[in-house]
Parts: sequence; structure tokens; C-alpha cells
Amino acid sequence: MLLIRCPYCEEERPELEFRNAGEAHIARSANIAGETDDDFEKFFFIRSNPKGIIYERWRHMHGCARFFNAVRDTVTDKFVMTYKAGEPKPSKLPGVAK
Amino acid sequence: MSGAFRIPGAGRFSQAKTARFSFDGQSYAGIEGDTLASALLANGVHLVGRSFKYHRPRGILSAGAEEPNALVEIKRDAARKTPNVRATVQELYDGLDAQSQNRWPSLSFDVGAVNDIASPLFSAGFYYKTFMWPKAAWKSLYEPKIRAAAGLGVSPDQPDSDHYSSRYAHCDVLVLGGGAAGIAAALAAAETGVRVILADEQAEFGGSLRFETGAKIDGQDGFAWAQAAIARLSAMDNVRVLSRTTAFGYYAQNFVGLVERVSDHLSAPGHDLARERLWQVRAKRVVLASGAIERHMVFADNDRPGIMLAGAARTYLNHYGVAVGKNVGIYTANDSAYAAAIDLKKAGVNVAAIVDLRDNPTGPVIDEARALGIEVNFGRAVIRAGGKLRVSSMTVQPKNGGGERTIPVDAILMSAGWTPSVHLFSQSRGKVAFNDETKRFVPGTYAQDCVSVGACNGTDGLSATVDEAYAAGAKAAKDAGAKTAKGTKPKVDASESWSRGMLGAAPGAGPDTTVKAFVDFQNDVTAKDIRQAVHEGMRSIEHVKRFTTNGMATDQGKTSNMHGLAIAAETLGKPIPEVGLTTFRAPYTPVTFGAIVSHARGPLFDPTRKTAIHPWAEAQGAVFEDVGQWKRAWYFPNAGEDMHAAVDRECVAVRKTAGLFDASTLGKIEVVGPDAAKFMELLYTNPWEKLEPGRCRYGIMLREDGFIYDDGVVGRLAPDRFHVTTTTGGAPRVMNHMEDYLQTEFPHLNVWLTSITEQWAVIAVQGPKSRDIIAPLVEGIDMSDEALPHMSVREGKICGVPTRLFRMSFTGERGFEVNVPADYGQAVWEALWAEGQKHGAAAYGTEAMHVLRAEKGYIIVGQDTDGTVTPNDAGLDWAVGKKKADFVGIRGMARPDLVAKGRKQLVGLKTKDPKVVLEEGAQIVEDPKQPIPMKMIGHVTSSYWSENCGRSIALALVAGGRDRMGDTLYVPMPNGVIEVEVAGMVFFDETGGRLNG
Repeated sequence: MLLIRCPYCEEERPELEFRNAGEAHIARSANIAGETDDDFEKFFFIRSNPKGIIYERWRHMHGCARFFNAVRDTVTDKFVMTYKAGEPKPSKLPGVAK
Repeated sequence: MSGAFRIPGAGRFSQAKTARFSFDGQSYAGIEGDTLASALLANGVHLVGRSFKYHRPRGILSAGAEEPNALVEIKRDAARKTPNVRATVQELYDGLDAQSQNRWPSLSFDVGAVNDIASPLFSAGFYYKTFMWPKAAWKSLYEPKIRAAAGLGVSPDQPDSDHYSSRYAHCDVLVLGGGAAGIAAALAAAETGVRVILADEQAEFGGSLRFETGAKIDGQDGFAWAQAAIARLSAMDNVRVLSRTTAFGYYAQNFVGLVERVSDHLSAPGHDLARERLWQVRAKRVVLASGAIERHMVFADNDRPGIMLAGAARTYLNHYGVAVGKNVGIYTANDSAYAAAIDLKKAGVNVAAIVDLRDNPTGPVIDEARALGIEVNFGRAVIRAGGKLRVSSMTVQPKNGGGERTIPVDAILMSAGWTPSVHLFSQSRGKVAFNDETKRFVPGTYAQDCVSVGACNGTDGLSATVDEAYAAGAKAAKDAGAKTAKGTKPKVDASESWSRGMLGAAPGAGPDTTVKAFVDFQNDVTAKDIRQAVHEGMRSIEHVKRFTTNGMATDQGKTSNMHGLAIAAETLGKPIPEVGLTTFRAPYTPVTFGAIVSHARGPLFDPTRKTAIHPWAEAQGAVFEDVGQWKRAWYFPNAGEDMHAAVDRECVAVRKTAGLFDASTLGKIEVVGPDAAKFMELLYTNPWEKLEPGRCRYGIMLREDGFIYDDGVVGRLAPDRFHVTTTTGGAPRVMNHMEDYLQTEFPHLNVWLTSITEQWAVIAVQGPKSRDIIAPLVEGIDMSDEALPHMSVREGKICGVPTRLFRMSFTGERGFEVNVPADYGQAVWEALWAEGQKHGAAAYGTEAMHVLRAEKGYIIVGQDTDGTVTPNDAGLDWAVGKKKADFVGIRGMARPDLVAKGRKQLVGLKTKDPKVVLEEGAQIVEDPKQPIPMKMIGHVTSSYWSENCGRSIALALVAGGRDRMGDTLYVPMPNGVIEVEVAGMVFFDETGGRLNG
């Protein structure tokens, strides 16, 4: 069972308290009704599914109930870092080359 | 007397303390401290089982967890029968009842042994190749027959009456394995004061010190030192010592699963004692001290009872005081087996000969064996074992060929060398590395905060092991935050050496193809099977493994993996590391379902949610149905009524007078805040800004893809306060959906969401008399139609307690939903029921509720919709705010396919024969005469008998359904085709006048 650091509780808690909520940094358009089919397809259906570093959303379901963002390596399952919802994608990752 | 093969004065247990046990119905005596295996051997019993595939007689191979052969059933009573228990692990208790497995009619005469004679038929891949066709015969004929003929134990046929417990634990340093290495590491860590857990799978700590008579530590015999060290550790407050505890799985971030056998060794465990305890441990650092496992020699008929690992024979002698034979032969490729010969010889057992595959080995043990007068042969191989139910001889030949010589023996002790137990290391996702010099895989690259010490790390010699382990334990403690160390390292005065050995098949294993030289005893895999797999084209060790099943039995190839790999590599002509090692997976040894499930079974398997009114319904004799975790009253049968009669009566009563219905399970969410209306506008298709406080609206929630996600009636209590209801099953996901948008997409909105599902009990009172029933109990609410019209909500009091009184209807009748704080739910229900009785009202359950809503064409999300239905498909376009610029799903709903013609639309269906009730889920076609497979144009989503309509009614999703009004369609069923007419969705009171009347 993984340990995940909730950026709101500022504590590492067991995976059981959390729910994954899909890829992060996919913004819903303020004018979604006016989006083209292609743009909507990209927004709603297309996900990166990388081998390696993924930016994803988690919810501390059985804790503070807040949604937050996490950087995880899909190969090792290791969490590189977590940060609050609304914060920008980190430009530098601790302990990750490049 | 505890067995003819017990050596007086030998072993570590008092031979005076006897324990009776039975094996296959025969009674024997052992001693307290025995395992079942040592007790059987003490009585001269070697034959303990039949093999998996060939039904060959099998004996005891090992003295530990790696045992592939000696699997028995232990029976405590009719319910407590455990199959496939390793006799080498099961501790003896007085009254133990064991049975052998996989034999009929008896262990010594087994009809299934015909498979052994017919074995050329059953080589590797036999099942894959032979039982190919006819395809249907696999399920009905081949598989059941094969499963009956092969296999080991029989599953218990009654619920397990034992109970199991479960604990979570945290520590700084977790030490797995309690041999010399583990104890040394635990001492070093514990002396710093950090929290330490030390676990070992055996009843007594010591590991190989149980048999290594040559070990001396701190001036003591090795085993005695281990006991003293454990006593010291046990007395320390910061240390938890767990014996009989196996680490079976190593998971992410140093999370380790251990199972402790709490009472399997007790004669009469009290019921307050769990059978097993699951430990889930999170450790800052893990020290792996799992030791090494001895390999057997691969030669013809090496599976005869009486042939066992040399280290096991030493354990039986030195620890249990049991001689495994009176005249033993030794077959070895390393030094360690010499020690077995020496110990047995000194105990008075005749050692017929040592056969050593090596050409000219030298060393103190060889000299000592010779000095004791034991015949030692170098450069020779045992090419065959004689005997059937028990080994009777070994045939020896120079390894490069030459004259054979047959030596009578009653046991053969073998050793091909020792395999480091890298199972847990590998499970931790560490990468093993092959040491070409010592021919073994050892820990290479670590993936987690752990360290391997001693034999599992490929470290040879007790002195080096203790040095390494003590340093590693101290470092682990320091890394985990320890400040000071104040202990002293144990000093090794004397030790034994048993490095090296050989991998793969010995000369006795063929190359001819009829010889059975077993690599994997438990799955009956021979050297020739592995060669054959390579010849048939398997190149990867993963393919060889699956084709031959080598290493795939419950012992997970603890003794066989390295031999199998070496034979495959040799046949492929490749070096071992290029062929690669198969992956080690949890569990290390089998774990009972009981330990994993623990208390989470029966009523504790899943929470059961009951409404406040549940006890009343129960007392009325209601029949309940499960809706998610909820128990809901399904119908309330009167005496002599079946479900059909009860539901008909309930449905009629609601429309004639009134009915009471417990709607408490409805999901309820309070949406509060200055921006509550804005938030509702975004989450629901409907417009909300202009909804006046005190009024209600039916809301539809979509996902971003434009499909219906949930629905429910929403009441606006105040400009900044909405009381939202959701479907019973949808409550948690709707709450999550709302929170998701509020927190991440619309965080600028000032809104709070609160789940109030369990705070309010909900009593639906529906029917022409509903107002008459409620009104006498209500205070502070004008109940007139003018003041409280359909789809409105008021706050006031009922029976003196606060209520949110909704005028709304899911039946099409004048109706109310009375919300009261859950604690008052049953009292208010009883008051309403008493009023209702004056008017002839009935209590109705979920089935009647379904029928009544279907009569009115009200949909149930999840039944009439399936996640691919748009509001338009469901005929709910009227509920979508046409002027709205945004709501979740607005864009998805406009996708080309979602607005295309010919989509499935929700319509009503009337069977031509009104008595026929369609089956929900039945498929609908245009032309029943078309060839199969027919073109299906839709399916029935809801179908009931409607007593109020005097006919059957149904809802269905049909392609282009609304353009087919009045058309005849067909529902093909096994008993014939049913004709139906497409109709509107409202079957009763089409004008809706009854809502107000």
C-alpha cells in the first residue's frame, strides 16, 4: 500500500484514504459550449497515459476530502511530489533527471 | 516410546513428554516440540503422500517451509479441515488428526498410480496438445476428469468456524528471519532504542543453528546463543518478537504482510484465540535475513520416500532427535552434506557411503568423515534409486561412465548446494544479479529501503554473516533515526562452511527420455520435461515455466527454480543470466483466506445501512431487498399473500386512498452559499436562478459527455439554500461529482456542500387522502393547494418536530414527502401510520413504488438509462435550460452522434396480449422472421404488471422510438415471439390531473 502526502493535511497517509481522479491540468474551457468537436475531443477523451512521470489528480476522500495534484512515476508507482489544486504544474521535480 | 527412530538423549525436546496423533487412521506417539514430519519420521513413516500428476509415492523432502511433497490434510472437526498443510511446518499437538491426499483407495495402493506407468502420455504440455477438440468437451468432460485425477487436497465443504484477527503495526526496523543473521541485526538495531519487529516462521528462533552443531557464538552453542538473544530481545520494550510468523508479501514503501500462526500448534485452542493473525507492518527500514534453501540432486527416481535434503536430516537429528534411517547414503555436490553424515555416524547411524560428484574436493569435513570410517567416493554419481514405497538402494557410477554398483540404503541424503532466498527482496522490486563464480542469484539493485544480510545475500560463513548483519542492523537503526548505539557485536568462535554446489541435472538424469529425474516434486516436472520444452521451441524461462509448470506449485519452486533454469540454459546453450530468472511473487508460502479476510465476513463483510423506520417495517413482516448497502422494504405481505398479490394491493391502495413509503435512502445534499444558485446552474441542466424559495424542480445532472448521470427533485429553501435529492445508489458519486467541480473547475463559487442523507428520514405519503393524513399532525404550514401547490416545499413542524415538508409525487398522485430528523423518523412514521389507518392507507415497498412510477412514465436513472442516454433520448428535453450558456454536459450533448437521427429513445410498450409481462432486458426486433443473428433495435428497461391499468406495462429504449408510435414490434423469447405496440410513456392519468386532485 502506497503512502501519499496530502498537501492540505501536510501528512503522509495510506493509499486507502485516497481516490485517484484521473489526469491533472486538463482545464475545462470557460466557453465550453462554443468549442469545436476537435477541441472537445482533446479535452474530454484524449489522455497522455505515459510510461514514466504522470501528473494526476487525487482526492483525500477519507481525510480532508480535498482534491489535489500529484506527480507519480507509472513505472515504479513512486510519488515524486504532491501539490494543491490550482497550483501550476511544477517546472522542476525533486530527484528526477531533466 | 515416541518412535523407534528416536535417538535417546538426542534433540532439544524432552522425550518424556509424549503427544498422541493419528495419520491415515493409525495411531502414533510423538513428543511435544515435534513437527508432524519429525513425529512421522520418528515412527519410521516416510511415505506420506502421492504426487500431483503421476500419483507417485512421496516422502518428506525437507524440514521447513520449502516442502513440496509432504502435504497432508489436518482435521480438527467437520468444519475445520485444512488441506495441503506442510507436515514439516505443522507442529504436533496431542490428538492431531492427519490424512494423506491424492490417493485412492489407500496411500500404499493407489489406483491413480497407473498415470506413472502411462507417463510418456503425460509429458510437458500434454493437456494443451491433447484435449484440443471437440471444444465443448473441455468444459464438460476433459477438465472435470483431469481435475479429479490430478490435484492435491480437497477443499473444506463447510464454513470455517475458526476466527482470525488482523493488526497494523509500525516500526523503525523490521527484521525478517530469525536465524543468526536476523538475530544479530535485531540486536544491533534494538540496542539503539528504536522500535524493532523481528519475525521468524519457525516455532523456535535460530534458523540453521537448529542443525549446525559446529556453530559457537559468544562461547555458547549456536542454538543456545540464539535462545538467549531472543530472551533478551523479548524483554526489551522497544522490540516485538514474533515466532511462527511468515513474511509472505513485500509491498510498496516497506509495507510488509506477515501471518502469525497463533493456535495451529495447540491441542485445544480456546475459541477466544484466533487461529491466525495478519500483521500489516509499515517499517522505516527492513532487514532481510531469510537464509538459504538447500537444493536436491536431480537423478533418476530421486523422489522415492526416504530421499531427502541433507540439511533436513541434520535438523531431524540435532533438533528433534530423530534418525531418518538406519543405513543412509549421501549424494552431494558440496561440503554441507558431509556434516549430515558425520552427525548421523556419531549418533550411531550407519552411513553406507558418501557419493560426491566433485572430482577432488578437500577440506576438514571430508577428512573428518574419512576419520570416522565413512566410505567416500569422488567423481561419482548416483544414477538411480531403488525401491518404490521407500528407497532401498542407490546405484553408483563414475560420472563419466563405467561400472555400476548398487548399495543398499534406507535413506539417501542429498545436497546440490544452497539457494539464497531472494523471494522477499525480489518482491520488493529489487533486481537480482547472478554471481558467476558461486552460481547463484543474489540481491543486486535495491528498489526500497531494505538490506539483505547473511545467506540470502550470498554471504558465506557464520562469522561474516554475523559481522554483516550486526553492521546492517545498526545502520538501519541509524537511518531510521537512532542516535546512539551501545551494544557489543556477538563474537563467532566456530562455524561451518557450506558454499558452492551444482545447478541442474546430475548424470543420473538422463539424457534418455524415459528417466524420471524430478526437478519440481510438487508439480511432477522432470529434467526431460524441461529439455522437451526447449526442444519444442520455448526460449524464455517464463515460457518454459508455463509450458512445464516448473515452479508453479504452491511451493513456488523453492527447491526447483534454479535447477529448472540451469537445465533450460544448458539445453539452450546459453549462460544462465541470459536465460533469466522468473519473477517471485507474493505470497512466499500459501496464506489462508481466513487470515486475509479476518473479521470481514458474514455481517461484517460489507456495512449494512438501515433506515430509521427499518424496525417498524421488520415488525410488519416486510420483505427487504438490497439496494447498494441499504436494506429497503420491498413489499409488505398480508397473511397468505405472495409478492404479486401484495404489490397489486399496495399499488391499488395508493391510487384509491393513500400509501406510506419509506424514502429515507434517497441521497440528500444541501447546497448552501451566496453562489448556490450559480453552482446549481452549472451542475444541472435546468435553470435555477429564477426558482423561487419554497418551490421545487425536477433536476437532471449530466456528465461532461452529455449523458444522464443522476436526477432528483430539488427544493429551494432560501435564496442561498437548496435541498437536493439524488437517487439512492447515486448519492456518494453525485456528492463526489459536485465536490470535484466545486473544488477544481468552479473554485471561485462561494458554496458549501453537505451530505444530509442520514440526517433526514423521509416518509412519502402519496394518494388522494395524503393531505388528510398529514394535515392533523402539521403545525405552521398552510396545507391548502393554493399555499402549498404541487412542487413546493415548506419548513415547519410535524408531531412537534422540525420538518421539511415537500409537496411532490413519484406516483402521479397528490403526494408529500415528509422529511424529519432521522432520530424522529420512526415516531413520526408511526403517527402518520395511525392517521393513515383511519383512511385505509397501506404501507408500500420499493416494488410498488417502481410500478407506480412506471405507470406514470417516470424514469429511474440506472434502470431506464445506462450511461448512454441523453435527456432528449429519455424524453426530458423540457428539463434542459435552452437559454443557458453553460452547464456540465452542454458541449457533450451537442456531439454529432448525440444529436443524430435514429438514436434509441425511451418509449412505452404495450403487449398485444395485456396479460403478458415482458422480461426486463429482453431485446426488441422489427422483423421476427429475419435470420439469426437478428438486428436488435432496442431493449426493455422496465416491465411490470399494473393492477391499476389492468394490463402489463413496459418502458423500452428503441431506435427512433418516438417516430414509431403505434407500430408493432417484436420481442423474441425462448418460448415464442411476443408482439408489442409502441406507446407513450404514460400509462395512467395521462393528463396528470391527479397530482392536484
